Amino acid sequence: MSKSKAEEFNLVIKPGSIEKNYWLDLWRFRELFYILSWRDIKVRYKQTVIGIAWAVIRPLLTMLVLTFVFSNLANMSSEGNAPYQVMVFAGMLPWQFFSNALSTSSNSLITNTNLISKVYFPRMIVPASSIITSFVDFLISFCIMAVIMAYYQYVPPVTIFFLPIFILIAFTLSFGIGLFLTTLNVKFRDFKYIVPFIIQFGLYISPVGYSSSEVDAKWQFWYSLNPMVGVIDGFRWAILGTGENIFYSESFYISVGVSVLVLIISIRFFRKLERSFADII
Amino acid sequence: MTEIVIDIHQLGKSYLIGHHNQVKHNALRDVIVHGVQSFTQKFKYLLNGNQPILSGDEVEEFWALRNLSFSVEKGDKVGIIGRNGAGKSTLLKLLSRITEPTEGEIRVKGRVASLLEVGTGFHPELTGRENIFLNGAILGMTRAEVKRKFDEIVEFSEVEKFLDTPVKRYSSGMYVRLAFAIAAHLEPEILVVDEVLAVGDTKFQKKCLGKMEDVANQGRTVLFVSHNMGTIKTLCNKGVLLQQGQLIYKGDIDSVVQKYLESVQDTSISKPEVHFEPNVQKEAQLVSARIFNQHQEPCLSFDVFDKIFLEFTYDLHIAARNIVVQLQLERNGEMLFYSFDTDVDPDRLERREPGRYQARVELPTPLKAGLYTLNFDIGVYGSRNLEMVYDLFSFEIEERSFNSRFKSYAARKDGKIVTHLKWTQDCLSPVLRK
Repeated sequence: MSKSKAEEFNLVIKPGSIEKNYWLDLWRFRELFYILSWRDIKVRYKQTVIGIAWAVIRPLLTMLVLTFVFSNLANMSSEGNAPYQVMVFAGMLPWQFFSNALSTSSNSLITNTNLISKVYFPRMIVPASSIITSFVDFLISFCIMAVIMAYYQYVPPVTIFFLPIFILIAFTLSFGIGLFLTTLNVKFRDFKYIVPFIIQFGLYISPVGYSSSEVDAKWQFWYSLNPMVGVIDGFRWAILGTGENIFYSESFYISVGVSVLVLIISIRFFRKLERSFADII
Repeated sequence: MTEIVIDIHQLGKSYLIGHHNQVKHNALRDVIVHGVQSFTQKFKYLLNGNQPILSGDEVEEFWALRNLSFSVEKGDKVGIIGRNGAGKSTLLKLLSRITEPTEGEIRVKGRVASLLEVGTGFHPELTGRENIFLNGAILGMTRAEVKRKFDEIVEFSEVEKFLDTPVKRYSSGMYVRLAFAIAAHLEPEILVVDEVLAVGDTKFQKKCLGKMEDVANQGRTVLFVSHNMGTIKTLCNKGVLLQQGQLIYKGDIDSVVQKYLESVQDTSISKPEVHFEPNVQKEAQLVSARIFNQHQEPCLSFDVFDKIFLEFTYDLHIAARNIVVQLQLERNGEMLFYSFDTDVDPDRLERREPGRYQARVELPTPLKAGLYTLNFDIGVYGSRNLEMVYDLFSFEIEERSFNSRFKSYAARKDGKIVTHLKWTQDCLSPVLRK
C-alpha cells in the first residue's frame, strides 16, 4: 500500500497515537462529559429519604458545630463585624467544595472501572465530570449562604464580584490533586486511604472554623503554604470584605502558583499513564 | 472493486507479567524489606512508561499478540476465531482503542463502534429511559441521534412498560434486551462485537442475530468474536484464525472454522491431563483436570461405545451461595448440552465453603462420532463467572468398534445423538390383501 492511500484512513492506531489529537478528542467527547456529570448528579441522592435536602443540612450542621467549637469553646473572634456563623460559612463554602471534589475525583477512575475497561474515550473526562457534582453542591450551599446573610441582614461588599477567581482556584486545585491521586489509585489502592487524611487534617490547618488572623504572625508564611489558605481568605475577603486586600497578600499568589503547578504536573502524569489504565485497573 | 477499511500491519501488544517468587520470609524485617523493594520496583516501572505490571514481582514480558497483519474489506463480516489466550480479546481491545499497541499499527476508514459488553456503563439507579441516553453517549452516539432512534430502541427492547423504572428492578432478560437494543441501533461503518450474544433467551438471541445480519447486509463491516461456531458460521463470510497471538490462517469462514476444529483437535495443543498454576487472586480456579476412558487411561480419542470420565480439581477462595460448577459439551462447534453439578443435588446451591474440591463426572455415552470440545465454568448463578475455561479438552469420537454402514447414527448422517431406541413390533397379519 502506498503512502498516498494511507491518507484516506481517518484513524491510525499505533503506539503513542492517543498522545496526538488529545485535546481535540477531549473536545469531541464533550457530550460524554455532560452526560457523565448529569449521571453523577442524578444518582447522588437516589434512594435517600430526604434527597437533595442533604445538600442543605450538611453544611448547616457543620457550620453550627464549627461555630460552637471555635467561637464558644475556643473563644476565637470573627473577622470585622461579620457574625461568626457567616464568617464560618464563607470559609466552609470553598473548603467543602474542595474536599468533596477531591474525594470524588480521586476515586473516580476506580468507580468507573467498567467504562474504562470496555470503551475508549479520553480518560480525563471521568475525574473532570465527577467534580461537577461537587460544584452543584457548592451552588446549593451558596444559596444557603445568601439566606443566612439575609437573615443577619448582612450586605456583601462589591468585592463579591471577585469571587469567581477564587472558585476557579479551588477548582484547579481540587482537579489537580484529584487527578494525581486517581492516577495512583488505579495501580495502588493505598491512595484511597490517603484522601480522608488530607481532608481531616486540612480542616484544621486551613482557616475554615476560625479566621486566619488568629494564626501567630511568625507562622503566617508556613501557614499560607497550604494553598487552601489563600482560597479561603479570598472567599472571606470577597464575601465579607474583611481582612487586608487579598491581592496584596502572599497567600493568594502561593495558592495560584501551587494550583497551577499541581495541575500541570498532574496532567502530565495522568497522560503518561492513561494508556495503560485499561490494562491495570 | 474492493475497498480496504481496516488495515492491520505488524501489530503487537506485550504485557509485563509478574510472578510471585516463592521466597520464604521468616523475619518480619525480611517481609518489610521485601515489600518495600517490590513496591519501589513496581512504582519505577509504572513511572517509566506504559508497561503495566500484572501482579507479582518477578517481571517477564509476554506478547499477547505479535506480528499480526491482515486487512478487512468493506462489507466483510469477519469472524475472529481462536482458543483461549489466542489474543482475540486483545485484538478487539486494540481495535476499539481501549488499550494501545506496543508495536505496529492499525489503520481504519470510517467510524468504529465496539461492543465488548452489552450495557456498558448502565447505572442501576437510573431508569430505562435515562440509561438509553447514558449508554448511547458512552457508545458514541450524540444526544440528537439517540433521540431520533429512541422509539425504535424502545420497541426493539420490548420494555416500554418499564421505561421509568430503575434498571436495578429489571429482570436480567429485560436488562440485556434494553442494552442490546441500544447497541443494535448504533450505525457505525465498522462494528466490533465480542460474545455479547451469549446472553438472553433464545428467542431474543435470534432477534439479535437477525438485527446483526441486517447490519451486515447494509454493507457495513462487522468483526465478530465468538466461541460459538454455529453463530459465527451464520453471521460471517470470512474468518481469521489466531493461535498464541499469531495469525495462522485466514480465508472464507467455512474453511477457517474447519481449520480451527482441526487445530483444537491437535493433540500437541490439547492434552488429556492439564494443570494450571494456582493463582490466589482468583476467586475460584481450576487447578487440574483430566479425561480418561473405562480403563483409566487418559486419552483424547474414543470409540463411540467407550465410556468417558472427567475429573476436575478446583480451588474455591470465597464462600458463597449459588455457586455452580458446570461443563458444556460442543460437537463440531455446536453446543450439545450443559451440565451443572447442582442439577441432581440442589443442596449444593446452599453456601459452599472455600477449599480444594475434586469433582468427577461421566459423560453420557454413546456419543456420536465427531470432534468434541468441552468447556468448564465456575460461576455464581445468575450473577457472574468466577472461572471459565473454553476448550479445556478437545477430543475425537470415532467409529472403530462397528461398521456404521447400516447404522442410523453413522457420523455422515444428520442428527446429533446416538440412541438405541427400543423398537417393538409384531406382524399383525401374514397376508395383506386377498
